[in-house]
Amino acid sequence: MKLARIAWAGAVHEAIESDGQLELRTPAFRGRRLSFDEVVWLPPLAPVPRARTVLALGLNYADHARELAFKPPEEPLAFAKGAASLIGHRAFTVRPDGVQNMHYECELAVVIGREAKNVKKGDAHDFVGGYSVANDYAIRDYLENWYRPNLRVKNRDTCTPIGPWLVDAADVPNPMNLRLTTHVNGVLTQQGTTADMVFDVATLIEYFSSFMTLYPGDVILTGTPDGVVDCPVGSVVVCEIEGIGALQNTLVSESNRTPSPTR
Amino acid sequence: MSFDLPWLPGGTVYGTLLNFRREFDLWAPKMAQAPYQAAPKAPVLYVKTANTFAPRGAAVPVPGEVEIGATLGLVIGSFESNEAVASASQAQSAINHEVDVLARVAGCVLIDDLSLPHASYYRPAIRWRNRDGFLVCAPAVTPLREIDIKALKIEVRVNGAWVQTVDLSTLMRDAATLLADVSAFMTLQPGDVLLLGTDCLADGTRPRARAGDRVEISAPGLATLTHTLAAEVSAVRPPQGAKAPSGGSADTPVRSVGAYSS
Repeated sequence: MKLARIAWAGAVHEAIESDGQLELRTPAFRGRRLSFDEVVWLPPLAPVPRARTVLALGLNYADHARELAFKPPEEPLAFAKGAASLIGHRAFTVRPDGVQNMHYECELAVVIGREAKNVKKGDAHDFVGGYSVANDYAIRDYLENWYRPNLRVKNRDTCTPIGPWLVDAADVPNPMNLRLTTHVNGVLTQQGTTADMVFDVATLIEYFSSFMTLYPGDVILTGTPDGVVDCPVGSVVVCEIEGIGALQNTLVSESNRTPSPTR
Repeated sequence: MSFDLPWLPGGTVYGTLLNFRREFDLWAPKMAQAPYQAAPKAPVLYVKTANTFAPRGAAVPVPGEVEIGATLGLVIGSFESNEAVASASQAQSAINHEVDVLARVAGCVLIDDLSLPHASYYRPAIRWRNRDGFLVCAPAVTPLREIDIKALKIEVRVNGAWVQTVDLSTLMRDAATLLADVSAFMTLQPGDVLLLGTDCLADGTRPRARAGDRVEISAPGLATLTHTLAAEVSAVRPPQGAKAPSGGSADTPVRSVGAYSS
C-alpha cells in the first residue's frame, strides 16, 4: 500500500494510491478519488507526539564517496536534521542567491514503524514501517569542516523534499536492490542502486539503535550514489526509486519564492 | 506553569559548538590545521534529537564517563520569517536589534547538554551527543524579561561539590547575535530550543561525571536542574538477579530515563 498525506478542500487528508488516483481515507470523504493534480502533497509522515528525529547519512555509497574524494567511512557518517526542513512532492525549494553549487541527493528514506532500541541486524527490518524517496539537497558553498556536513549546508528551510508516498515495508521485499535515478529537466543525471550502500538499512538500524531509541515516524535518509550536479533556478528535479516513487521538486530563487505553479 | 511539573522541549533542540571565548581561544591555534582548515564562520550547530530529552530528576543511563554541558536554552515562541529577523538586525541599532531578535524567545531554561568525550569536531557527533536522556531539562521556563542573560552565571555541582561556573558574559555570540545568525539560514519553529553552548574548564576539558553521581545546575532566577547518572543496561540483558554490567560504578541499572518509554 502507498500512503500519502495531502491538503485538499481546506484540510489535511490521508490517502492511498489506487489505480493512478488518490483515494481519501479521512472519514468525511472516505473513498473519494482525486487526481494527483488536484491536491497539495505533504511529506507522507503522520504527526508524531514529539520532535521527529531525522537522521541522515553522508558518504554511504562508495561511488559517491569517491566522487567527493573521500574514503568510504568505517563507521556510518551520520548527522541529524530538524523536521522543519521537510517539504512534500511537487513543492518548491529555495536556491539562495549567489551560490555556485547546490545539488540534489536522491535517497531511500526509511521510516521507523516500531520503537527500536538495541535491535540486531537480523531483526532490523521488523522495525521499518515503510519507505519513501527523499531529496536531501546540499549547498556546497556553505560547507565548513566543523561537524561537517554542517547545518547551514543541510538543514535549510524547503531543502528536504520527501514523498510522494510512504510505501509499506511489507510491499518492499528487498529494499537493498532498488534502482535510483535522478532526472533534471528530463535528462538522466544520477543513477545507482541501493545494493551499493556502504552500510545497508539493517546495519544502520542496528547502529543507531545501539545508542539511541528510534520512535515510530522517525526517518533515516540513507545517503546518495554518485552523479550529483549543480541545479540552477528553474530546474525540475525528479528523484525516483524503483517501486517507491518519483519525487518531483522545482528550484526557485530567493527573490521569486512564490512562482505560479506549473504542471 | 507549575514548578512541580517537568518541562520537556516541544520542538527540535539545536546545540551550539565553540560559543565560549575560553574554548574558542584554546582551539584557535588548531583551526587553520587539517582537517578544519579555517575557523568556523557560521554558528556550528548540532541537533539534540527527541530521544535525548529527559526531565529533571532523570537517572540518565551512561556507558562510562560523560561530560556535563551546563547551558541555557532559548525557547522559541512566536513565529517570524528569517527575513524579518535578519533585516531588522541590519537596519537597527544594537539595542533595538537585541529587543527585536529576542522578541521571538518565549523564555529560557537551564539544560544539561550531556556528551560522551570526543576529541574531534570534524564530523557530527551523533554517537556521543544523541544518546537516550542526554538532554536533561530544568522543570520550568522563565520569561526572558525576568533574566539578564549577559549577567547570568550558571553554577555546576557534582555530588554537592562545585565544579564549574559558566559565565554567559563570555559568549562568542551573545543570545541575540546567535539567534540572528542562525535565523539567517534556517527558521527556528515555535517550540524549538536554541542552546547557547557549553563552556570548558581552564584546561580545555569539561567537567565529567559517572554513574552514581548527582548533577546540580543552577542560576539565580531560574528553575534549578538536578539529575543523576546510572549505569547503562547492556544490550544483552543479564538474567534476573544478575549484577549490574561492568563499566560503571553504578548502584542500580536503569532501563529508561522515563521520558518517553512506551
